[in-house]
Amino acid sequence: MIITIEHYLILSSLIFTIGMMGLFMHRKNVITILMSIELMLLAVNINFAAFSTHAGELSGQIFSIINLTIAAAETSIGLAILLVYFRNKNSIEVSDINQMKG
Amino acid sequence: MVIFFYLFATLIIISSFLVVFSKNPVYSVLWLIFAFCNGSGLMILLGAEFLAMMLIVIYVGAVAVLFLFVIMMLDVHFAEAIIQTKKNLLLSSIVALIMFIDLGLIILLGSKNIHFKPNTSLITAANISNAHAIGRVLYTDFILPFQTAGIILFVAMISCITLTMRSRSGVKRQDINMQNSKNKANSIVMVKPALNEGIEGIKYE
Repeated sequence: MIITIEHYLILSSLIFTIGMMGLFMHRKNVITILMSIELMLLAVNINFAAFSTHAGELSGQIFSIINLTIAAAETSIGLAILLVYFRNKNSIEVSDINQMKG
Repeated sequence: MVIFFYLFATLIIISSFLVVFSKNPVYSVLWLIFAFCNGSGLMILLGAEFLAMMLIVIYVGAVAVLFLFVIMMLDVHFAEAIIQTKKNLLLSSIVALIMFIDLGLIILLGSKNIHFKPNTSLITAANISNAHAIGRVLYTDFILPFQTAGIILFVAMISCITLTMRSRSGVKRQDINMQNSKNKANSIVMVKPALNEGIEGIKYE
């Protein structure tokens, strides 16, 4: 029994699906939505690393490193926006973000 | 090797389920840390040691601490959020199941036909370590994406500072220019108060 690339692809698609399920489920809690996005990005990074090893070259790992940077920036800006929103509205529910609805 | 793959895979699936289903978001963050540790174990199995260390340093060291800090700073009652979650459970699991079947079919049907022609300058050499190999190409072939990532981090830092900065009224801060512009003439008022009467009309800056 040997571990092929399909194992890693199935595993990362499972993690991606779990993250997407969290995205759909938590309609009230923005922090858990951000955590689900982090899970999905982890799945993408595993996918990149698996393909990089499969192809025997490095560009997948380099893309994955840049992906990590973007994920960190995205999380920090998301949490800053969340903090400002909580300061103004005293709530972090997604359903309360409807001021532009008209 | 095989048993380690299944160990890490099982643990990462369990911990990512618990990230989504935990009632307390603090526990969710702790399970997220555990999931990232297992993910870095998988990357070590794949031979990407530098990426595994980066995952630990960035996610466990920076992002998870940021999440914990924000959760503890916001005074939110998470009890009502659980009830809403139960309502969405059926729909979201159906969507997730369809998505997983779809992805699995694509992988199982398509992965037989994957043929790569690797870029010759990027092929992993056998005699140098992974971090050494990445360092060789990251600052030469990939200098433009690397600098762009740096600019994105810089912009993110500026936007975080400007978003969360606020000037509260009523807080006394030191103002160097105002302090230096004070002299005897504009800071001392000589008055001769009358007996049993206060002084009116003096303004403090």
